Parts: sequence; C-alpha cells; structure tokens
Amino acid sequence: MEITVRSLWTLIHGMGFGALYLMACSGAIVEFYRRYCTHNPAPPTGRDETFLRIYLAIMAALAWLAVITGSYIVYPWYRAKPPAGTTDLTAYPRYFLLSSPHTSAWHNIGMEWKEYIAWIAPIAITMAAVVVLQYGRRLKDHPALRNTVLCFVWASLLAAGVAGFFGAMLNKNAPVEGGDTIHLIQGEAK
Amino acid sequence: MNTTAATTTSLPNGPGAAAVLAAGIGSFALGLLAVLADKVPSIKSWMNFSNPTGPLSGVTTCAIFVWLAAWAILQMRWRGREVRFAPVSRIALILLALGMLLTFPPLADLL
Repeated sequence: MEITVRSLWTLIHGMGFGALYLMACSGAIVEFYRRYCTHNPAPPTGRDETFLRIYLAIMAALAWLAVITGSYIVYPWYRAKPPAGTTDLTAYPRYFLLSSPHTSAWHNIGMEWKEYIAWIAPIAITMAAVVVLQYGRRLKDHPALRNTVLCFVWASLLAAGVAGFFGAMLNKNAPVEGGDTIHLIQGEAK
Repeated sequence: MNTTAATTTSLPNGPGAAAVLAAGIGSFALGLLAVLADKVPSIKSWMNFSNPTGPLSGVTTCAIFVWLAAWAILQMRWRGREVRFAPVSRIALILLALGMLLTFPPLADLL
C-alpha cells in the first residue's frame, strides 16, 4: 500500500480539513439553532458556552487550514505548467482537463469557482466564532445579530460545500499525483 | 448609521455589527477582486504575489486585508455603542451574496 506525497497532501487538505469542516458546520448550525433560536427557557450553562466557543474556534482553524493548504500546497501542483513537448499530461491536472472539451469545464467552472468561494468559509466562520466569544449567552438578547451570524454560518457551509464537491470531482477526473512515494504497508503478491 | 451610547449593562450590538459588516465587506472584496484579476491583465499580474499559486495569492491576501482593515475601523467606531442593526445586517448579507455570486465564473463572464 503506497501513497504519493502529493496525494497525501490532497487527502489532508480535502478529507482532513475540508470534510471535517463540512461535518462540523452542520453541527454548528444545529447547536446555534438549538441554543439561541428555539424557545428554550433554560439558559445555556457555562459548560455549554465554553463548548460552543471551543467548537467554533476549532472550526475557524479547520477552515483556515483547508484554504491555506489548498491554495499554497495542492493548487501549485494542480496548475503546474508542463514542459514544452509533453504529450502525457496526467501529471499536470489543469492542462489535462483543458485538453479535452469533455473535461475542460471541470477546470473552467469547477476549479475557477472553488478556488475563490472557499475563502468565504474562513471569513464567515471566524466572524461567527468571534461574535460568540464576545457575546456568549448574551447573544440571546440580540436576536437580529444572532440570525445574521447564523446566515453567515449557512453561507460558509454553502461555500465549503461547493469547494468540497468540486474538489472531489476534480480529484476524480484529474488527480494531483507525483512526488516521493510513501510505503504504508507491504502486501503479498498472488 | 445612527448610533447612540449604550445605556444598558448588557453588551451593546456595536462590536457584533462591526464583525458582521466587515465579513460582508471582506466577502464582497474577494468576489470583486476575483473578477478584476480575471478581466484586467494588469491587475492579474499585480495580484501574482506568489508564482506557484498565481493571482489567487494576491486576490485572497488583499481580500483578507480589506476584511481585517474594515473590521478594525468599524470596531473602533462602534465599540461600546448601540447601532441600528437592521440596515447593517441587510447591507452585510447583500455584500455576502454579491461576493459569492461574483466568484461564480459563468456569472462573472457576463460582466
């Protein structure tokens, strides 16, 4: 069982940070709604408060790690230009996709959209985390503010969802491969 | 935006409004800069902060800078104050929606 360094980084970016962020996002929306938007007469306890603060801070960290590793580690491999005369473009995903009308839209729409919209997720969730850190249980006194913050969390879920969907499809059509090979497990040949 | 000094003991909405509006401004800056970098060759080359990443590096760095600068300025102005939140919220959500729409390539191509 082997994996290349580039595949491993793609995995860390997409599955490690991106997918975990998406899952955490749905949890945050439920928690937000349960805590602030329902007619729950019981005020949140100090432990509840600390939990949501840490949860949102971790989400913000995941979002930043996802966009930074994506933009500065994986994306340069994706957009690398092949040397003149290269006929096998599989090691150059951007050029491989653009070489066929059947796959070019994955780059022209998928990657072009994903690379920018993904950055809205860390902006939105960092804002939400800071507002919850500042206001805590007092957010219950500011219904308009918490509803707007919740809209931003929804937007971050949408942005991360678009990025995640196209990331998965791009990796299926033109995976980022190459670099050193890491041997994970030695199997037996039959 | 009309502001009044906070008279209640609870935290006023100013800092929250500043955070929300700045996030809207940052999102819009991201979408706008993405379109400009795509349409204007001189901006595209200027946004090339890091060669391996290309214009994406400049667009996102500038958008983050705009977001944080807007946040710092609004926070200074609205700290400890109550602001009329409805227009702030409306503007922030419109900017957020525009920012997201501007990142969508087929729509940006129409501009």
